[in-house]
Amino acid sequence: MNTLAAKNASISRNGRCILRDATVSLSSGQLLSIVGPNGSGKSTLLRTLAGLWQASDGEVLLNGQPIQSLSRKDVAKRIAFVPQESLMDFSFTVGEIVAMGRHPHRGRFSRETATDREAVENALERCDVVQLRHRLVTTLSGGERQRVVIARGLAIDPEFILLDEPTANLDVEHGLEVLELCSTLAKDGKAVAFATHDLNAVARYASSVVLVQGGKLIDAGDREHVLSRKNVEEVFRVRAELVATDEGHPVYVFHRRTENYQSVSE
Amino acid sequence: MSAHAEIVRASAPAVAERQRLRLGMFYVVLLPVLAVSILAGIAIGSTPIPWQTILHVIGTKVLSHWVSTAGLSDSDIVIVWLIRVPRVMVAVFVGAGLATAGVIMQALFRNPLAEPGLVGAGPGAVLGAVIAFVAGWTLHSVLALPLAAIVGALLALVLVYAMATRGGVTPVATLLLAGIAVGTLLSALSSLLLSLHIVDWQIAQEIVFWMMGGLDSRTWTHLWICAPFVLLGVAAAMIQSRDLDLLQQGEETAASLGLDIEASKRLLTLTAALLTGAAVAVAGLLAFVGLVVPHAVRLVVGPSNRRLLPASALAGAAFLILCDLAARTLHPPTEIRLGVVTALIGGPIFIWLLWRRSWESGGESGSAGQ
Repeated sequence: MNTLAAKNASISRNGRCILRDATVSLSSGQLLSIVGPNGSGKSTLLRTLAGLWQASDGEVLLNGQPIQSLSRKDVAKRIAFVPQESLMDFSFTVGEIVAMGRHPHRGRFSRETATDREAVENALERCDVVQLRHRLVTTLSGGERQRVVIARGLAIDPEFILLDEPTANLDVEHGLEVLELCSTLAKDGKAVAFATHDLNAVARYASSVVLVQGGKLIDAGDREHVLSRKNVEEVFRVRAELVATDEGHPVYVFHRRTENYQSVSE
Repeated sequence: MSAHAEIVRASAPAVAERQRLRLGMFYVVLLPVLAVSILAGIAIGSTPIPWQTILHVIGTKVLSHWVSTAGLSDSDIVIVWLIRVPRVMVAVFVGAGLATAGVIMQALFRNPLAEPGLVGAGPGAVLGAVIAFVAGWTLHSVLALPLAAIVGALLALVLVYAMATRGGVTPVATLLLAGIAVGTLLSALSSLLLSLHIVDWQIAQEIVFWMMGGLDSRTWTHLWICAPFVLLGVAAAMIQSRDLDLLQQGEETAASLGLDIEASKRLLTLTAALLTGAAVAVAGLLAFVGLVVPHAVRLVVGPSNRRLLPASALAGAAFLILCDLAARTLHPPTEIRLGVVTALIGGPIFIWLLWRRSWESGGESGSAGQ
């Protein structure tokens, strides 16, 4: 069982505290969703967990060890981070980009091994981009790019996969594909976390949820508990309606608050 | 959708094949061009020398046990071995060094139009050299000028780095701005020294000529000064070629894939500054070589730095020999300054690349519908 945990972690950038006292834990088989409005600190929390940003207070523990005490390469072997926007200015092929996922496993002078090639093949297949292998990334659509970047993360063969707004640039079909993939990865024993503001995606796929607002954790735990109508209405400042579906998970319908709106909590 | 996938699948191996073919074709064309330019660089000049004589002279020097000097005049030996061979070899190393530094800068700044002088190394080297002229060190030793230039390049880099670093972090955007600011300042100091010494026409003329770049009267000494730095720099760049690939994906992605980005940036800028310093030290300022060559080579061999670095180094060497040949022969008996030739050839190519780029990206954003 692998665990990645933030303990009372705070992050300051340019003198401003953008994440305060966050305690979150992610372990094998879990599909955790970090939810909150724009600028609430979702991405910050994800980067902190990935060890990319160093906590100014508190700490992040990878299987009990402080993440800052591990080398960048050791962390990269175990945690894949999939950014929301990827820079694709140079015309590498999809195959080259996905093979970069093997970097943390390769020595400076070592050649590509059979294990490397196998991991790349698996990643290409899982993300359904085998047929794009020889395409230049500069010619891909947004959705194709996103799947290629996820494939690069999977090529690492990591224990933890952290995705920042993985469905933000995708159409409905590919968005669902990516979420299904996250769900399958979690079932296969990986620890998966994704940041999003798409509550319906969360309602359908995530097993546990962290709700953030203004750099603070509002609530964490089971989906039903955290995404209660009261929490959603408070954090997203809308009027929410929960509609049951045939598949069992609820669907949120949002309405702008009107003048004579009364919160459910009142 | 499935028909589209079929087409993509059918054409995919062809794309990979075409890439390999392009890399192969690149060397099939470039290596003979390089060999011919080296030979032409030695053969052509105020005294034309037949290629048999050139090979004979080189044979007597390289294989002195087996090849005799019989049939060669002293003047042939002097012109070939002491004047033209070192000049062409210096061009090889300067061209390769500038192109390699350009590849590093373009990857580091994630901009295919970045150039070697961006972190202050170019203007720093120039100021070092100008100080060597003004202080009269150049009169004492032939080593003074190149060493002052290399030291100038490294000091400028340290200054730029110190300015751009806060809390152990050096954002490339800040590095770029600090590089431009320090570069402008150092260039102004060079001009200040030049204007203060303009009355001493001999020094001023030397400085002005040197600033315009050139390979006239370069000797084996110049080669021994420049070659080790260039070989070291190219080797260091090759060792870091995968790091450069990662940095081209953005710093955060590079870090998430296991690269210690701050250490990597320090090592890469140091490598680029050494290469630039060594090139400026023996050839003066040569505009556009480090910008145009990597960019043009990338269009043929692709962006992977493992392929791009050696290809650019060799192309840079050939480009500079040919520019030097043009500088010597276009307007006899006067030599045009080499920096003028590289700018006159490189400038229009640069403009064409810019135009092509803006046209392409315009098309891209249109088709992506953003």
